[in-house]
Amino acid sequence: MAENTPVLSMKNIGKAFSGNQVLQDVSLDIMPGEIYALCGENGAGKSTLMNILFGMPVIAATGGYTGKIYLEGEETHIKSPQEAIEHGIGMVHQEFMLIPGFSVGENIKLNREPLKNGALSRVFGKSLRNVDFDKIREDSKQALDKLGVELDPEADVQTLPVGYMQFVEIARELDKSSIKLLILDEPTAVLAESEAEIVLGIIKRLSQMGIAVLLITHRIGEIMEVADTVTILRDGVNVKTMKIADTTSGEIAELMVGRELVASENRERSEHEDENKEVAISIRNMKVDMPGERVNGIDLDVYKGEILGIGGLAGQGKLGIANGIMGVYPTTGEITVFGQPLKLNSPKDSIAAKLAFVSEDRKRQGFAPDLSIELNMVVPAMANHDEFFKKIGPFRQVDRKKVQETAEKYIQEFQIRCTGPKQEVRSLSGGNQQKVCIAKAILLKPDVLLVSEPTRGIDIGAKSIVLETISRINRETGVTIIFTSSELGELRQICHRIAIVSGGRVADVLKPDASNEEFGLAMGGGK
Amino acid sequence: MEMVQKRMQQLGLPRIIIIAFIIIIFFAAFLQGQNMAQLISDSLVRFGQNLILALAMMPAIMSGIGLNMGLAIGIVCGLLGGMISIELGLTNIYGIACAMLIALMVGSLVGVLYGKILNRIKGSEMLIGNYLGYTVVYLMCMFWFAAPFSNPAIIWPMGGDGVRATVTLDGYYSGILNNFLSFEIGGITIPTGLFLFVFGVCWIIRIFSNSKVGTTLRAAGDNPEYARTSGIAVNRCRIIGAALSTALGALGIVVYAQSYGFYSLYEAPTTMSFTPMAAILLGGASMKKVNVWHAVVGTLLFQTMLTTALPVANMLLPDGNLSEVFRIIVSNGIILYALSQAGGEK
Repeated sequence: MAENTPVLSMKNIGKAFSGNQVLQDVSLDIMPGEIYALCGENGAGKSTLMNILFGMPVIAATGGYTGKIYLEGEETHIKSPQEAIEHGIGMVHQEFMLIPGFSVGENIKLNREPLKNGALSRVFGKSLRNVDFDKIREDSKQALDKLGVELDPEADVQTLPVGYMQFVEIARELDKSSIKLLILDEPTAVLAESEAEIVLGIIKRLSQMGIAVLLITHRIGEIMEVADTVTILRDGVNVKTMKIADTTSGEIAELMVGRELVASENRERSEHEDENKEVAISIRNMKVDMPGERVNGIDLDVYKGEILGIGGLAGQGKLGIANGIMGVYPTTGEITVFGQPLKLNSPKDSIAAKLAFVSEDRKRQGFAPDLSIELNMVVPAMANHDEFFKKIGPFRQVDRKKVQETAEKYIQEFQIRCTGPKQEVRSLSGGNQQKVCIAKAILLKPDVLLVSEPTRGIDIGAKSIVLETISRINRETGVTIIFTSSELGELRQICHRIAIVSGGRVADVLKPDASNEEFGLAMGGGK
Repeated sequence: MEMVQKRMQQLGLPRIIIIAFIIIIFFAAFLQGQNMAQLISDSLVRFGQNLILALAMMPAIMSGIGLNMGLAIGIVCGLLGGMISIELGLTNIYGIACAMLIALMVGSLVGVLYGKILNRIKGSEMLIGNYLGYTVVYLMCMFWFAAPFSNPAIIWPMGGDGVRATVTLDGYYSGILNNFLSFEIGGITIPTGLFLFVFGVCWIIRIFSNSKVGTTLRAAGDNPEYARTSGIAVNRCRIIGAALSTALGALGIVVYAQSYGFYSLYEAPTTMSFTPMAAILLGGASMKKVNVWHAVVGTLLFQTMLTTALPVANMLLPDGNLSEVFRIIVSNGIILYALSQAGGEK
């Protein structure tokens, strides 16, 4: 931090979308070479802030913003992304913007290709100059070296592992010589841990080169590891800016969420009543043909009133179990629900047996994107239990009032952020969509609720609400829950028993307070 | 002012443009000294006459089939009902009731088959529907040619087998709905019976879409996977959608014909599905969202524009075929516009 003028300084930024204030009085100062973390839940205003900084047209189209932006001490009003790039701001988006089929080098130099004269251009003029592929290779090699990444500039981008695509994105921004500030939007969200490590290493390197990095993330561990300064946004307001040296991850998490994380209140319950329990679902020799999550013959008993966790590594078949019980994927074997044999491969019969499912594949199976929140919640109950209807003359019509009241109740209970029950589910954030899916399942009044990966892809605030809700439903209504998750921490937090699946079979059934070694052993294929 | 702006936004750009266009046409017609009362009366009749055909698009869109490009299939079923009613020599209310009954029955049955075919080619319903429609129309051409009807009003004037190209309804049930309880205000004729009937159908469709079947149909149409895992039989929903759409198409052509005065057979149905499609899209429907109002508003605007623009254009350019060309350009233009807005309007 040699200089005293910040590369970027945003003062009292405010922004409203049609009367709805999403940012208020947000200020931040980024020094050259500083790693500045910006964190907050989904919907806290991070993306809007970046859109303003990057001059995205959507901002101007919705009435501009208030407040001032200074770049190296000079007041600037960035009107387009091109302008932002000219000012030395680079951005790596969450979604990769790479052209498959182009080489690494071509992607890095995209739209800034070095040119040289060729036969045609000598005759017809500049516009027909050739692309200088040697120079592309050279330049991109240089940019990749700066990152400290071993990568062949001539490799085809689509053959690279995801992590390397991220490197190419960063190299592209770095290759723009004037870059002073690099914005990384959730750079590690899709990466495996080892790849994430490399990205973090790269971030540190950039900072040593004097490039300021604005890191948007909700992984607190990363912030603690690399950042110098952190600003936490919540509901569009600057909650706090702190030096990393002066804070702890606990404090950041708490500030981000603004509410206590769920305590693991189920622990003590798991001990007693182990004997003489009624079996809710009994599974014998179940095989499920679910692509990528095959189940090869499982025997499992689920007791009434418990939360049974199903864990295990990805691809080992843990997701197949719930999908098999619900008849979503082709299944063989025997399943009985409270003593009654269940007809397999028919979601309708599974629902009729008072089972309800919150699918891990939220986008595809969880909701109908163009229907309203309220309809999404009640359609399964309507279709299967004939609820939410009233008689008008000889006709049975949807009881709009009751539907709306029900939806409003759940919107409040689950703190779904929306404009009202009539809003389309498409326009909600992932966490809020998930809450709609859970409400949908609860409205079926199930005896057994199957919940798969409910916290995948949602921020920690929504996460804790979701976990809290699952745990509370179980406590209050006594409904049996089968909770599938790839996060062991979650499972241990709310489950009474945890079945670890490996190779399509149950490797072990453990107590939540079993040791890490036991879990690790089970995940690795059992005793 | 804010109120006005909000209303304008609700209305949407396409409808504002068409309304502005209609106003200009009316103004021009007035300057040309056209019979304004007659123009309005005609528009009203054309609106009622076409509304059911536009409504026929609704169940198809709701159930996820998209626009029913194969509406011609339903229309052919309606024509069959009409021919049988005339062949039996039934007139007035008995004639049209018989035609409608047969149209609905045949339309539903054929619609179920149509739906079963569409279930096998999910994803390209509109393309396949279009060609299926053509195929059925031309197959029926052969049928009309050899149909064993004997009523001289139907068969070719020189006798023999086969149905003539246009069968007049004079003396059977021409205008029976239009004239029922119709009255005149300031030179404008209100086709009361027609309106009562078509709005009745609107009302029934509304009840349907608020029923259990209608709601599940919408869920199945929007996200079939969601519907399936919610215990809804998606294929059954799509068959219901196709059958209802086809049956409404069949009913629609009977209502159309009693107002128009003729049944047009042979190749006539091939192009008939485009006008209602354009109308409901103009009304604000998309591939995902549709309600009765989209059909009503769209048909009203579209038919008013066509009815009033033609005499005005003909007077400006007194050239024979212009009206038909104009109709084709406008209706296909609107379909193109609406389809290019893939997601529909917000």
